[in-house]
Amino acid sequence: MSIELKNINYSYSIGTPFEKKALNNINLKIHTGEFVGLIGHTGSGKSTLIQHFNGLIKPSSGQVFLNKKDIYLDKKKLKEVRQKVGLVFQYPEHQLFEMSVYKDIAFGPHNLGLAEDEIKQRVKEALDIVGLDQALTEQSPFELSGGQKRRVAIAGVLAMQPEILILDEPTAGLDPRGRDEILTRIAHLHKQLGITVILVSHSMEDIAKYVHRLLVMDKGEIKLDGTPKEVFSKVEELEAMGLAVPQITYLMKALKEVGLDIDENIIDLKQAYHEISKVLSE
Amino acid sequence: MAEIVHARGLTYKYEMLNEVGDVERSHIAINAVDLEVNEGEFVAILGHNGSGKSTMAKHINALLKPTEGTLYIKGMDTKNEENVWDVRQTAGMVFQNPDNQIIATIVEEDVAFGPENLGIEPKIIRNRVKEALNVVEMEGYRKHSPNKLSGGQKQRIAIAGVIAMKPQCIVLDEPTAMLDPSGRKEVIDTITQLNKKEGITIILITHYMEEAIKADRVIVMDEGKIALKGTPKQVFSKVKLMKELGLDVPQVTELAYMLKEGGLDISQEILTIKEMVDALCPLN
Repeated sequence: MSIELKNINYSYSIGTPFEKKALNNINLKIHTGEFVGLIGHTGSGKSTLIQHFNGLIKPSSGQVFLNKKDIYLDKKKLKEVRQKVGLVFQYPEHQLFEMSVYKDIAFGPHNLGLAEDEIKQRVKEALDIVGLDQALTEQSPFELSGGQKRRVAIAGVLAMQPEILILDEPTAGLDPRGRDEILTRIAHLHKQLGITVILVSHSMEDIAKYVHRLLVMDKGEIKLDGTPKEVFSKVEELEAMGLAVPQITYLMKALKEVGLDIDENIIDLKQAYHEISKVLSE
Repeated sequence: MAEIVHARGLTYKYEMLNEVGDVERSHIAINAVDLEVNEGEFVAILGHNGSGKSTMAKHINALLKPTEGTLYIKGMDTKNEENVWDVRQTAGMVFQNPDNQIIATIVEEDVAFGPENLGIEPKIIRNRVKEALNVVEMEGYRKHSPNKLSGGQKQRIAIAGVIAMKPQCIVLDEPTAMLDPSGRKEVIDTITQLNKKEGITIILITHYMEEAIKADRVIVMDEGKIALKGTPKQVFSKVKLMKELGLDVPQVTELAYMLKEGGLDISQEILTIKEMVDALCPLN
């Protein structure tokens, strides 16, 4: 499923002294099956932007297309839009509320009016995807660890079988192992089911490792759009926006500066290892 | 050097009760830990979720009391109910979510809340608030409403609120987990300043390895015990063990490990870009 935003503008608190422009003339196309990263400092408009993708926020002006259809053309269809575009908020475990893991994950499918067998199947699949033990279904979600809770919350969105999955900092507050587990699962999901994934993250290292295309937001605009390699080559621009590049990229640049004949546009550890080994053996 | 934290056999057991109040399940969060922190030290505590770090932090602030063993904060037994207020004034605490820690509608009132509760004279409070906001470089926001501030700024206000109590030690439980890179830097710079300039003892719990390398000493917790401790160089050079403990090391440290595995004779105690550049280009 593809998304297109055309001339999107959005302002908060219009007509009050607190009026603030959050998005400024955004034009963006995301194609079916892409794995897109979205970075930007706090207040750059990332969260406002992703809430436009599933109609949670209505633009002040401009159009949102899902599979080339304007989502506001038929307002009754918005519910369908929200099912197709799954949004996992920051700290999604704060939204857990049911008595058992099963009930929590089944909540969305229930509201779709699905048959009990179908719901059961979907809960089972969702648990598999996020790598949680089926034995947990009868436990209270509140007795689980932080990482497990987060995975239950993500499973709840997956059980709706979205075609586009948007995750707003899914690894914030998790330890390195929990972080790697969740991101590996998401990458797997993207590969296996061909779901379009949009990942919002503050970790440049994670972005470099997983996404294929990277969008950079600043002051309500998309300032950079390209492969992670292209984007992370613009160190000064990123730093001026309060962002950074992966540590390994800084290292390669520093090595180049002291006169080593080395490819400085490297964003991950393995490539860096090979490049440095090659240069040293010459 | 005087010890500010002194734990012997510190054990904490969580008990989950059923409807009639009997113990249904229990979990040992901290298991017979011995720990000392000296005055003026900057200690980072690492460990995966559920390793016991936060439970440990809550003991230092007397929010929890040991089930077994003892914990002294500046010589005060935290088990003794009479010491609680003195312990909390000695060891202040900053939590993860800035929004949960701010209670007033104006920055200076928020910072004044702690000292007000200590029953300090208004004139002195005013000075302390001013000083505290100066230290975190937020004096320009004195009259602002906290809810319009960025995450990093809010967290600095929370830190100012603790500083205004004049603690000798501050425990920070993942203070940067909810912040973006620039907010994270603001908070870490503030913490480093407090330690170096004001001589406040810092105990920083974090998942970010690049924050831990700034500490004098790193303690790694696992299953409620101390699995590893030493200087950042000593701890992070154990790349394989750190990964087994569910943790990470800085990218350059991992690179040094990979290069060594690949046959290069290179130090394993590399933590920063500069150290790596010096190791690879010694003549530079």
